[in-house]
Amino acid sequence: MACFLVPMGEAIVTTVVQKVVENKEKKVGKEKTTNTGLSWSRKLSWLNKMLWGGTALLALEHVWHGEVVPWPPFLAAMENPADVAPMLHEIATIGVAMAITVTVVWAIMILVAERRAKAVPKVKESPVSGGA
Amino acid sequence: MWLIMTALAAVIVTAIWYIRAPEDKYKLGLLSLFFWGATLMWLVDHVMAYLTEGGEFFEINLDATLLGVAVIVLALFVWEIVLVVSDPKGALKRVLKGQRLS
Repeated sequence: MACFLVPMGEAIVTTVVQKVVENKEKKVGKEKTTNTGLSWSRKLSWLNKMLWGGTALLALEHVWHGEVVPWPPFLAAMENPADVAPMLHEIATIGVAMAITVTVVWAIMILVAERRAKAVPKVKESPVSGGA
Repeated sequence: MWLIMTALAAVIVTAIWYIRAPEDKYKLGLLSLFFWGATLMWLVDHVMAYLTEGGEFFEINLDATLLGVAVIVLALFVWEIVLVVSDPKGALKRVLKGQRLS
């Protein structure tokens, strides 16, 4: 009914967090916050892309099924008081589960990326060879 | 059906992204993450609906197929907007410059 609102809320928060982290990284002058070369702003951008992409495509599905309408209150379930409780239940169960799943998958992605990046041997920069 | 179609799109785009990696001039990474995000969310939706309500896991009919096509078109549309705005090839810049010169 409106389960995509939870990932959308998370996406708004993580987008703000990403912007703040990005500004902090620029101020500090270090792009790399970890020794693996992956900055936190970049890692957060992966989560944001998954959340916003999922939200946009799920919103289309809800429009397709008539659950989201282009006039206020925008959610069809809000027009009938009897549908409000099931809608809230769906948001609290499916919506939260969606947000948690995407976040867990993202956390696994980060762990794998960090581990893979650490496994790559560091190349010593040499002024003669140009680091090659 | 739209879950299968979105998952298929995610797999194909990720494969193309990997073939071209580490270069990501045309932002295929963005498109693949869009599709993966939606795939994960619909997977959760389908699993939870199946566990609580039962019935068929996949809805396979014309309406569901058309929705799958619409979903892919929307994702491609958003990706193209991002691509045109960021203009990584500089094509738009060159076109506009050429028009100004002529």
